[in-house]
Amino acid sequence: MSILDSKIPEGPLADKWTKHKNTINLVNPANKRNIDIIVVGTGLAGGSAAATLAELGYNVKTFCYQDSPRRAHSIAAQGGINAAKNYQGDGDSVYRLFYDTVKGGDYRSREANVHRLAEVSTNIIDQCVAQGVPFAREYGGLLDNRSFGGVLVSRTFYAKGQTGQQLLLGAYSAMNRQIKRGKIKSHTRHEMLDIVKIDGKARGIIARNLVTGEIERHSAHAVVLASGGYGNLFYLSTYAMGSNVTATWKAHRRGAHFANPCYTQIHPTCIPVSGDHQSKLTLMSESLRNDGRIWVPKRKEDAEAIRAGKLKPTQLAEEERDYYLERRYPAFGNLVPRDVASRAAKERCDAGFGVNKTGEAVYLDFAAAIQRYGEEKAYTSGVDNPTKEEITRLGEDVVEAKYGNLFQMYEKIVDENPYRTPMMIYPAVHYAMGGLWVDYNLQTTIPGCYAAGEANFSDHGANRLGASALMQGLADGYFVLPYTIGDYLAHDIRTGKIPTDTPEFDQAEKEVKDRIEKLMAGSGEHSVDYYHKKLGKIMWNKCGMSRNEKDLKEAIDEIAALREDFWKNVKVPGEANSMNPELEKAGRVADFLELGELFAKDALNRNESCGGHFREESVEQDGEQKGEALRDDKNFKYVAAWEYKGAPKDAQLHKEDLVFENIELKTRSYK
Amino acid sequence: MNLTLKIWRQNDAQSQGKIVDYPISGIEGDMSFLEMLDVLNEQLITKGEEPVVFDHDCREGICGACSLQINGQPHGPDRLITVCQLHMRSFKDGDTIFIEPFRAKAFPVIKDLMIDRSAFDRIQQAGGYISVNTSGNTVDANAIPIEKGNADDAFAAATCIGCGACVAACKNASAMLFTSAKVSQFALLPQGQVEATDRVLAMVNQMDEEGFGNCTNTGACEIECPKGISLENIARMNREYLKASLKG
Repeated sequence: MSILDSKIPEGPLADKWTKHKNTINLVNPANKRNIDIIVVGTGLAGGSAAATLAELGYNVKTFCYQDSPRRAHSIAAQGGINAAKNYQGDGDSVYRLFYDTVKGGDYRSREANVHRLAEVSTNIIDQCVAQGVPFAREYGGLLDNRSFGGVLVSRTFYAKGQTGQQLLLGAYSAMNRQIKRGKIKSHTRHEMLDIVKIDGKARGIIARNLVTGEIERHSAHAVVLASGGYGNLFYLSTYAMGSNVTATWKAHRRGAHFANPCYTQIHPTCIPVSGDHQSKLTLMSESLRNDGRIWVPKRKEDAEAIRAGKLKPTQLAEEERDYYLERRYPAFGNLVPRDVASRAAKERCDAGFGVNKTGEAVYLDFAAAIQRYGEEKAYTSGVDNPTKEEITRLGEDVVEAKYGNLFQMYEKIVDENPYRTPMMIYPAVHYAMGGLWVDYNLQTTIPGCYAAGEANFSDHGANRLGASALMQGLADGYFVLPYTIGDYLAHDIRTGKIPTDTPEFDQAEKEVKDRIEKLMAGSGEHSVDYYHKKLGKIMWNKCGMSRNEKDLKEAIDEIAALREDFWKNVKVPGEANSMNPELEKAGRVADFLELGELFAKDALNRNESCGGHFREESVEQDGEQKGEALRDDKNFKYVAAWEYKGAPKDAQLHKEDLVFENIELKTRSYK
Repeated sequence: MNLTLKIWRQNDAQSQGKIVDYPISGIEGDMSFLEMLDVLNEQLITKGEEPVVFDHDCREGICGACSLQINGQPHGPDRLITVCQLHMRSFKDGDTIFIEPFRAKAFPVIKDLMIDRSAFDRIQQAGGYISVNTSGNTVDANAIPIEKGNADDAFAAATCIGCGACVAACKNASAMLFTSAKVSQFALLPQGQVEATDRVLAMVNQMDEEGFGNCTNTGACEIECPKGISLENIARMNREYLKASLKG
């Protein structure tokens, strides 16, 4: 187990990071000029890391598959970014942010990492404001905050519903400054297809130029993977179409352990699938659950009539509706955490109460909120004896001011007016807590290969809290990695430039080319999407919101069989040595077909329910919590890090025991 | 519904392109425009033909990758959305739809409907940033209050997604709306003042070097912009440019 040394510094929790920064090795400015670093991915983590490393003086090469670093999928994050600034004076602190994050993660993350995250969170806001990120402000000119799910303070900074966009454009502008200085060489429309190891250390990558199809060699003294999460494994998700696991999976195949792949977050409020043609799902912000009530019809006949278009939801009387979250969780009601809300929606739909034509949707109803706000507004604006219509109109105005852009987006996609008829929503995959295993320095089990942001496993445990993804990406990129990587690179100041005409590069390039050739040589029976959709179905049905031993075992076999079929029969048109989007997709789906199997194996191994991972075998048997998730701290209080051994099902498990010195482990209850 | 698609096909930047007809049937109103193209591509692949290449990624209107000229309009007939948010219910059975790439000298075609917009990146690299290093020691975020009106206007300018619809809509293929949005964001904020002179001169200079045309105030860019970026930004950039020129 020595390989899983988390390298957590000694000493009291609150002093660890400061002490670590004071004692690790530094590289002097003159030597930094002679050191090259590759950064794969230019989202919040990669973009901020690249800019900061270049500011420090390293020579940075960035790679992204998009046509510009500005288009990385961090851009789609809506809600906000947490920071323990305590600007609202509501009792927030570094400790509270740390505590909320560990608890929210269902006690499956590392205390020291999360505390560091909370510590640097305040620096992120200062840094972004200095860059000109236009956060929302109050009339006094100071920064505004909002509250987010699962916490008792207002610590979320935001820029309307486009916080991710504004933060990413901030990191992109910092990158641009370094590109102009010549310290970053930006490679767009490039995809990393392998990592090159020399003497056991990461020393470069093989990349494909997506415009020309050319296979290129790039060397460096260290490689940073900031390539995001792997949720597209499920085919339908809120990820971008191009989001993929390829960079991290190639690193896994070369020796980087993959941690907790089964921890994925399924967000309860997304616009449901409308048909087989669907390519992507759209999130409706979590904030809607503050005012919307979730329900399905009480009687199955009514649900069937609605599905057949013979009945409208507004025709059902109050007593004919089942507000199942309020019924099951009277204390938290519609504001239960994401994992609980998602599972409850699935349970009702599986039981036959789902509402749109596919039967996979529940209602999110604003009628009560419109009524309540309307009455309030009528009272405060002095309208005596308002009519029902007046109240509705006033209430709609209030709701529009709060959620107008979301309602408009919904109407564009679904073609229904959500002010007049309840919204339909259903859970969808939207974040991966699992990822490459990293130590406290964000180094993977390959020396010189680092992972940052969603690509690593480190900070969110088994469930991520809202507005914490942006915080972690920028913490890793701006404030953690640029320090910790110096400790490793201090040993490389005499190494000199890494040549690319070596047997290791020859071999890696050959393997990449062989694989492309093999993809192009399929018998041509089915398109790449055919396989991706099939994989998505297996994942969703057997490794989705609720999992059991039988399904997971079947999934492992089915994915292996699908993978075999894929390699024999996939059809990739066009040529390898030119622009070929189908070939790009084929390579990514091939990797998903391996990850899926490991995902199922990890879910099978973890015979407990924690956070986003729910095992039907591990539920509370009696008492008030009967039927709810049952965590098993005695047997599973560890990080599952998998070592590649050929077929994914043969991966070898390494455990990193999680030690809780500062926080007491408790059951999460929402009854 | 049944449709006739007339799609621009072009093998690479050097080749001559042409419009090719594709009849397509069984399209539902709930499909997005790009999902309709997915259906077409699936059919082309099955037939052994090369699928139509187009840029797309987030498919929720924020990444700015999608860039189709539909019946002569950037991002199609609907206002304030990108192509990926356009749904087929905006068309009717029997329609003929022309699908072309955004056209501009500074946006060469890479293949079919995919264009090279790296000129936009180079304009940003010329000065679209504030020179502040990452240190953790910048001033507290609340040390400099910013008037809400200015902060909101800076945000509105900063919501540009860099898709290039403004250029495609302009008869001069001008990039003034795009460039002015970034110049405005920083011109409206105290953090942006220190470098204001150099920024506007460098960005406008780069814009000209890339081969974008001049602005003649027709306003088509504002109409077609999926994010509603205002023409006021161009006026503000002109003021900034004049100020900087006199100083310089």
